[in-house]
Amino acid sequence: MAALSIRGLSKRYANLEVLKDIALDIESGEFTVLVGPSGCGKSTLLNIVAGLDRPSAGTIEIGGRVVNDVAPKDRDIAMVFQSYALYPSMTVRQNITFGMECRHIPKAEQDAAVANVAKLLQIEPLLGRKPSQLSGGQRQRVAMGRALVRNPLLFLFDEPLSNLDAKLRVEMRMEIKRLHQRIGATIVYVTHDQIEAMTMATRIAVMHQGSVQQFADPDTVYRFPANLFVARFMGSPPMNTMPARLEAENDGPVVVIGAGRVDELRLRLRGYDAAAPFVGRKVVFGIRPECIAEGSRTFSSEAPVLVEAPVELVEPTGAETMVLLRLGGEPAMARISPDIRPAPGTSAVFALDTRRICLFDPETERLIA
Amino acid sequence: MSNAATMRPGRPALPEWVRRLPEYLMIWVPLLLSAAHLVSFSLWTIWISFTPSTLVPVTGWVGLRNYSAVAASRNWQIAFDNLLLFGSAFVLLSAVTGLILAILLDQRIRGENVLRSIFLYPLAVSFVVTGTVWSWLLNPGLGIQKLVHDLGWTTFKFDWLIDRDMAIWTIVIAAIWQSSGFAMALFLAGLRSVDSDIIKAAQIDGAGPVRTYRRIILPSLWPITITVVVIQLQFAISTFDLVRALTNGGPGIATQLPALVVYDLMFQRSLLGRGAAAAVLMLLILLAVLLPYAAWRYIQRRRAAHA
Repeated sequence: MAALSIRGLSKRYANLEVLKDIALDIESGEFTVLVGPSGCGKSTLLNIVAGLDRPSAGTIEIGGRVVNDVAPKDRDIAMVFQSYALYPSMTVRQNITFGMECRHIPKAEQDAAVANVAKLLQIEPLLGRKPSQLSGGQRQRVAMGRALVRNPLLFLFDEPLSNLDAKLRVEMRMEIKRLHQRIGATIVYVTHDQIEAMTMATRIAVMHQGSVQQFADPDTVYRFPANLFVARFMGSPPMNTMPARLEAENDGPVVVIGAGRVDELRLRLRGYDAAAPFVGRKVVFGIRPECIAEGSRTFSSEAPVLVEAPVELVEPTGAETMVLLRLGGEPAMARISPDIRPAPGTSAVFALDTRRICLFDPETERLIA
Repeated sequence: MSNAATMRPGRPALPEWVRRLPEYLMIWVPLLLSAAHLVSFSLWTIWISFTPSTLVPVTGWVGLRNYSAVAASRNWQIAFDNLLLFGSAFVLLSAVTGLILAILLDQRIRGENVLRSIFLYPLAVSFVVTGTVWSWLLNPGLGIQKLVHDLGWTTFKFDWLIDRDMAIWTIVIAAIWQSSGFAMALFLAGLRSVDSDIIKAAQIDGAGPVRTYRRIILPSLWPITITVVVIQLQFAISTFDLVRALTNGGPGIATQLPALVVYDLMFQRSLLGRGAAAAVLMLLILLAVLLPYAAWRYIQRRRAAHA
């Protein structure tokens, strides 16, 4: 059963269209992440799902029931906010029970529910405190407790980790993921952080300028980005993209970067049948930084494609060395072993994993193959 | 900027005190002048209150005789009772009126800016003007009562201004009209500073507007409420021009307030010593309000610094 299904949804403010014909079907138990740069409409979409904002057109179904005209409290949802939005004058316990109090749930039942959630989130010692006496991570936990205690059909998270410092963010990220695995809840999670999206989601909806660019599992989004925006948004550093030409040779298509230059790069493609209509035309060539490595690396059983390329900049990060090099005159980032440090200004040999190349149509920016 | 000037090579650095002269002039001269006025006249008044001065200040020592005379006078007793009634009624009602106006304005209504200005505008009017206008409005032969009579309801009676027991309430009404806009502005700022996510969270939790205000928004307004109460109390204690223009303490001495007693003793009965004693008593009442407030502010600030 679809826990949430959105159809033909759009939102206009005067002349500004912030959401354009959104359609999403989210299965029960899924962890869906809406990711995109700020201003892409992801938070507006979440607010509309919560009932805090009204759509200009389209329908929203939660658990098979159209909820367009249902008040937020009756939508069977719970929401966790970026600012935590704890009630400052209430204790942690009162914050958690407030919703049940509004729904006139008997006191004994409330106490049992609080005890349960407090144990799950390990916030028992905090129940008597006020939000102002809590640290950021503790507030985050209480905010999640307030959502969990409701046991709703759908959890909505609005950038819940953005206000935490880097270390705590990684911890809470794992904790939320663990929580999802334990209770199997359906979660819609909004973030601008593509790493959060990749690490937590079972499915990612990448949004840009009010529309969903791609809605797929993290591996697909990473490996087969639907268009140039997704390719450049997901991954850190993002996918290298550069103009190229597709040419035909005896045994299949060849992508040519920097055609006509002395350092022209020709790469033979295997298994890119979908690219056939583009032979003889311009394409955008995309390759992930981890698909360019030091010359001694082997990506598979077959011999890697070796190229000699000028090194412009070297950035050691400890876990790996990032190298800015030029392929056929176009800049590209490579991710090589941490102990290899080619000297800037010299040339070095790099191995290319040509099985994972992406080709995009320069007109529509869509993925060709 | 001053640092850059001293760093410039080839130019002798100005002596420290010359460089900082503008600061000294700007800060210390006005501060000393106002402190000298405030402190010296306060001290002078306190001293006079212990002397047998009448028309002109004289030296001498009468101990607390002026104080006991003032405290025993019927004029002062009525003024003090009136102050208790006026002070509490005015502070409470203007805060409640201001809060209600602020909550109504907070409903994202059209024309909010215009309404806000209208409600705040009485604050820009001098108390004398407020007092005079309300004395006309409340005058049974001129104002509201006459209007209603002329409209045909001839048995209507609204003569608080000339009613001994009710006259003090006319001052309460005029003072509320004058200053509830001020309370509204402070409360509105407080309402607007509530995080909108908290209100959304309450909406999802299923709290209706009444419960949201009662349990979540209003509890966060109490620091503002204390500020409003203290500022209004301070105004209530030193009220002079409003009463002078509206009732002039009458009918009889029914709406007497401490400031009017001071004026009466000093400048109409020429009892400078007793007037000074009454003024010092007023100062003490004011301190009874302001000192706890200052202590509260101090504690709040220390707590904030520790958090």
